[in-house]
Amino acid sequence: MTHAALTVPLREAFDGEPVISFRLEASAQRLRLARRCVREAALACGCSEESARDIVIAVDEACQNIIRHAYGADPGGDILVDIRRDADSIIFNLLDFASPVDPQRIRPRDLDDLRPGGLGTHFMRACMDEVEFRPAPEGAGNWLWMRKKIHKSEDEQQA
Amino acid sequence: MNCEIRHEGDAAVVVLSGDIDLESSPGVRTALLDCVSLKSTVIVDLAAVTYIDSSGVASLVEAFQSARKGHTRFALAAASEAALRVLELARLDKVFSLYATVADGLAGGH
Repeated sequence: MTHAALTVPLREAFDGEPVISFRLEASAQRLRLARRCVREAALACGCSEESARDIVIAVDEACQNIIRHAYGADPGGDILVDIRRDADSIIFNLLDFASPVDPQRIRPRDLDDLRPGGLGTHFMRACMDEVEFRPAPEGAGNWLWMRKKIHKSEDEQQA
Repeated sequence: MNCEIRHEGDAAVVVLSGDIDLESSPGVRTALLDCVSLKSTVIVDLAAVTYIDSSGVASLVEAFQSARKGHTRFALAAASEAALRVLELARLDKVFSLYATVADGLAGGH
């Protein structure tokens, strides 16, 4: 089953009102474009600039984890990014089509252990309100679900 | 991303700008490690950094550790809001020497 075949059943599997869904090649060269899409979607959902910045960090790091650890030595796969919203949150579903990765292996490192690397998972958890690795639907490799409460800017709150 | 190196005596000022991400951080890493191996002081100007991810932060940490081993002074200066946010998330704002300006960094002042 390809990612295209997954799209229709996933509309029912994912919670919330659809905002935008796109797929990108799992490569470092595509991350800049993905960040721009995610930022615009977050702002369109009413997030403040600060909140949108944190959301971009989390989704970018999640995509990096997929590129580096899920696809790893077998590049060329896709990442499906599905963005939804509910009453007070913006929800991100990221699916890849690599071999399943044990979520227990994806842990943030101790920040007191100063060494290069190992920060991506910490950034995701620090920037989002909820992060879950869910059982992937048939045909997908891994499903990452993240939720962030929509924090509006002070100006928007007063308006 | 752009990476310019300005030599000021025995110091190097590495001026980073744009997005430092998985695509561009290998070049940043190489530039920083080269400077650290050649100079007694390295100041990284982050004023024009619009985004930095964990791979970019890893490059800074690696250069910092290499500098410490080689007794090179390594500091960050003029961190943009975007850079500062990520350094704070990693709690590295308490680890790196962070100066308000490049001139302060070169002088070693506050």
